[in-house]
Amino acid sequence: MRSHKLFLSALLVLVLAFTSILFVAHAQDSSGAGLTIGFAQTGSESGWRTDFTNAMMSEAEAMGINLLFSDGQQKQENQIAALRSFIAQGVDAIILAPIVETGWDDVLQEAADAEIPVLIIDRGVTADPSLYITRVASDFVYEGRLAGAWLATATADRASCNVVELYGTVGSSPAIDRATGFADAIALFPQIQIIASQSGDFTRSGGKTVMESFLSSMDPSTICAVFAHNDDMLIGAIQAMEEAGITPAVDILTVSVDATNDELQMLIDGKANATVLLSPYMGGPAYQAIIDYLGGAELPPLIMVPSAMYFQDTAAAELANRTGG
Amino acid sequence: MGFRELMSDAAEKQTPVLQTSKLTKWFGPVRALYDVDFNLYAGEVHAVLGENGAGKSTLVKLITGVYRKDSGAILLEGQAIEPHSPHEAQAYGISTVYQEINLIPTLSVAENLFLGRQPMRMGFIKTGEINSRAKALLKTYNLDIDASHTLSAFSVAVQQIVAIARGVDMSAKVLILDEPTSSLDAHEVQLLFEIMRSLKARGISILLITHFLNQVYEISDRITVLRNGEKIGEYLAASLPKRELVSLMLGRELVSVTDEGNTNGKAAHQNERSFLQVEGIARRGMLEPLDLSVAKGEIVGLAGLLGSGRTETAKLIFGVEQKDIGTIYVKGQKTTIRSPRQAIGQGFGMCPEDRKIDGIIPELSVRENIILALQAKRGWFKTLSRKRQEEIAVEMIEAMRIVTPDSTKPVGQLSGGNQQKVILARWLASQPELLILDEPTRGIDVGAHAEIIQLIKRLCADGLALLVISSELAEIVEYSHRVVVLRDRKKLTELTGDDISEQMIMHTIAES
Amino acid sequence: MLETKTAVEPTTAPTPFNLMQTLSRNRRFLFPVLALILILIGNRLISPTFFTIRVGPDGRLIGSLIDILNRGAPTVLLAIGMTLVIAAKGIDLSVGAVIAICGAVAAVLISTTTLPPLLVIAIAIGAGILCGLWNGILVALFDIQPIVATLILMVIGRGIAQLITEGQITTFSNESLEFVGTGLIGGFPFPIFLSVIVVALVWLLIRSTAIGMLIESVGANDRASFYAGIDATKIKLLVYIISGICAAITGLIITADIKGADANNAGLWKELDAILAVVIGGTALTGGRFYLIMSVVGALIIQSIQTGIYISGLPPTFNLIVQAVVILAILFLQSEDFRRLFTGAWAKLRRQS
Repeated sequence: MRSHKLFLSALLVLVLAFTSILFVAHAQDSSGAGLTIGFAQTGSESGWRTDFTNAMMSEAEAMGINLLFSDGQQKQENQIAALRSFIAQGVDAIILAPIVETGWDDVLQEAADAEIPVLIIDRGVTADPSLYITRVASDFVYEGRLAGAWLATATADRASCNVVELYGTVGSSPAIDRATGFADAIALFPQIQIIASQSGDFTRSGGKTVMESFLSSMDPSTICAVFAHNDDMLIGAIQAMEEAGITPAVDILTVSVDATNDELQMLIDGKANATVLLSPYMGGPAYQAIIDYLGGAELPPLIMVPSAMYFQDTAAAELANRTGG
Repeated sequence: MGFRELMSDAAEKQTPVLQTSKLTKWFGPVRALYDVDFNLYAGEVHAVLGENGAGKSTLVKLITGVYRKDSGAILLEGQAIEPHSPHEAQAYGISTVYQEINLIPTLSVAENLFLGRQPMRMGFIKTGEINSRAKALLKTYNLDIDASHTLSAFSVAVQQIVAIARGVDMSAKVLILDEPTSSLDAHEVQLLFEIMRSLKARGISILLITHFLNQVYEISDRITVLRNGEKIGEYLAASLPKRELVSLMLGRELVSVTDEGNTNGKAAHQNERSFLQVEGIARRGMLEPLDLSVAKGEIVGLAGLLGSGRTETAKLIFGVEQKDIGTIYVKGQKTTIRSPRQAIGQGFGMCPEDRKIDGIIPELSVRENIILALQAKRGWFKTLSRKRQEEIAVEMIEAMRIVTPDSTKPVGQLSGGNQQKVILARWLASQPELLILDEPTRGIDVGAHAEIIQLIKRLCADGLALLVISSELAEIVEYSHRVVVLRDRKKLTELTGDDISEQMIMHTIAES
Repeated sequence: MLETKTAVEPTTAPTPFNLMQTLSRNRRFLFPVLALILILIGNRLISPTFFTIRVGPDGRLIGSLIDILNRGAPTVLLAIGMTLVIAAKGIDLSVGAVIAICGAVAAVLISTTTLPPLLVIAIAIGAGILCGLWNGILVALFDIQPIVATLILMVIGRGIAQLITEGQITTFSNESLEFVGTGLIGGFPFPIFLSVIVVALVWLLIRSTAIGMLIESVGANDRASFYAGIDATKIKLLVYIISGICAAITGLIITADIKGADANNAGLWKELDAILAVVIGGTALTGGRFYLIMSVVGALIIQSIQTGIYISGLPPTFNLIVQAVVILAILFLQSEDFRRLFTGAWAKLRRQS
């Protein structure tokens, strides 16, 4: 039984490592010099979104692509207007990060009529798949699985592990998918149980409030780990633990998703254990897909950007990499 | 009781259209109506009279289904009915037109007439048809107006007629008119009376509630007097002298209110230095340039028909409206008044005409309403102590005989006359030097009426300067030292001394 | 009202312990308090340790009741300002955005300048005053409907906050500023003291001066107040400024609590919580009479429900439904017509049996 478990853990860690390699391999591919690509971003509603925008820009620069950037300010009409202006300017290709799923058909048709390829990035759209060349996205379910797998390996030698879950915004697809992926993974390990799950709305103060109420209403020593659907909620929860006299990452293990700079710092400071990268580096694969498409290659309908994980010992390097480069 | 409780032979033979028998209503421990028998016969105008709180509105509200009776019966053409809402009462054929007209001001006249029963075609209102039908309907009321205009564009009188027309058109047997004339001028009252007479001729029975005793005698066939929730008696209007009616309503002998002549030392103040002097104030569309002066210890009456510029004069002086030109002197000093606040700073006070909209703060207590102007004058931080507030309130409640269980009762729950007294008290508490009273006795019962007139005289004797507007000429004649007569937004003349009489005022308005 | 109505007769000396008397005399007072007690009992049934308060390391008191007071402090503060605004026949939809602006101002100043923390706090509160002044000017001087006037700041306010923070969560590390959100006095979190102090100060300002009555007067009948010589413009400016100050303090608490200014999420939808607290407390949205302490009770009710949901173990997908049902029940309880319906049906049942 025990060896079976260990085997599974090892397998999951392998999967994890493999994806990291995949990621690295992708990022080094390049050469799109001279292309002009229009990028319609949703806005800058979160730290991750800003990272994503910055990554799109720096990757474009590295590949010699002339990127026209438009901030949609959380409004679909702004994004549609941006798309129309890209079409009017006759760009080589358009990348759309849609704010909502519906209502894109007309403008995508206009792009198709102008023979400008459109690539959907991040969230999906309901439009006919023939109207866009492919979608590049992160896999939320996979992120949840990774988090669950890490927790399973980290607690492999414990008889039981009670997890509290800091749920994202109720009804949002990252929250639903990460919860599903995490639950799928820990279902393989009966000693891991979710004993409480509450929504912290993806915000720091939400995460802090929920964690605080968990710590007030139950004996903190019965909590083995916290799984947060994003880093911001976990950072709030870490504050709540510290205020309640609990040492985060030691008394209660932590795992979350996003790998924001602030969370990497938490890892470096030893206040968190692990974070799954919600890769903001979707630009590379996206640009590559466009180059391939223009070169006549067939594209799969969905290109998943692989995730990676960062731990206390690998966070510093990544942070230095990000802030230095 | 040795009074003539008369029933005409004709009436005795027929059953009443509407009848109540031993109708009783309690509000908690308060008996609002007790064992009231009321009879309304076909084709008569029946006035229900009584002081505020006598039970008039309770009776009406029981009949129209606003309240539920505790005991007794309501019979319509001999059948017991129990309306649960005004809507149900309407279905029985009992229509009500309230003092505050219950129509929708932003809809057109025609839409108001047919609201809820519009002729439809395929789910759409046939606007053309309702407009022409409305026009035809209103013609029968001698009203020739464009029914497609918004209701609020017309005068109160027209609105009232529209409300009556709507009620009657929905097959009314009984029409209840609650203070229909209180916002109408003399001409409009006559117009309304003509309509009432023609409805009478069509066999419709009218239950009339009013405070205007002269009008009662002009239009009513029969009078029922209520007092303290009980029926005092039912009389033929023709055989009940006015004096006796007033005594019945009050339950006591009344000091004559109106028959008294002007006993004030007329012209005595003519040459005294004025507290307020107004020179040529005017505003386009409101008032032509007007001169006026009021001295301390003097009452100046403003007489004229509705819309003659009486209220407008008061508003310009008190800073409610801004004058285009003209100068105001207070104690000989030129003064700028751009808001009531500045007017109050000059020692003015004003009881506005519409006490519900411009006067009372209904949710606040009697005490708070009384001290409001004084406190506003003192500012935010020079607060009147709780004890001082209470002292002022109690003093005023006693002095003005305001009927309220205590000073904490919300003013909105008092009767009209008591609300008016509270507003007067508010201004007296602020210790003004000039008090402007716009229709101080409108819509209040006879008892309070007499008290307020006494109060006006007393304030004058105490050295206050008073500027009083009233539609009741007899009242103006009684207390004014000088009367400014207005017509069509213009000052016609100023009457003094022996010239002050009802005849002279009416003559001035009619002639010149 | 309960505040001003306890001593009715000038001759009756107020007895020190007339709470029960006040309760029975004033139903407005009774029902929110009853609802709060019921919710607390309900929470105790869900979680046996609900009333337990233990002492943490640094002397911090830990327990759900403390959580309610601490987490409820923002709503309490906002509800105080909102009560006055609503009493003056207004509404302030911008408080959520003002929270974000003031939080952003404080976080950016403390992390990028060397200004002393107290000055930073003063500047953030000054920003709140400016926001309130802006609302007040639109409403009182330009006569724009309050819901529209404050909607403007509600929409652009968050944009302003994002400009200040440049779209990032601006984090900082400064013990003095952090104290506003996480400090302890006698084991109690500092926000609790802040909310008590603000309640007391506003109470003093409003009820020991004539301002409260003048606000009620303007809210209940502004025409009549105009005739009575009340300066409604100043009154309206004042209530919006107080609301701005309350929002600024809330912004400081929320920002200090997470040691960062989150322009997108700080105070999001908080204006609705505040309005709800005022309504639960019995102040009518149509203006006039207001009940400051009852609004505080309303805010605590909302927080108690929230905390109850956190500890209930229900899946988060039920949060909004549970919240809605409980609040609906409270509002029904407050509706006289509904109670009459209920008591009438009950009486009928008893008669029949």
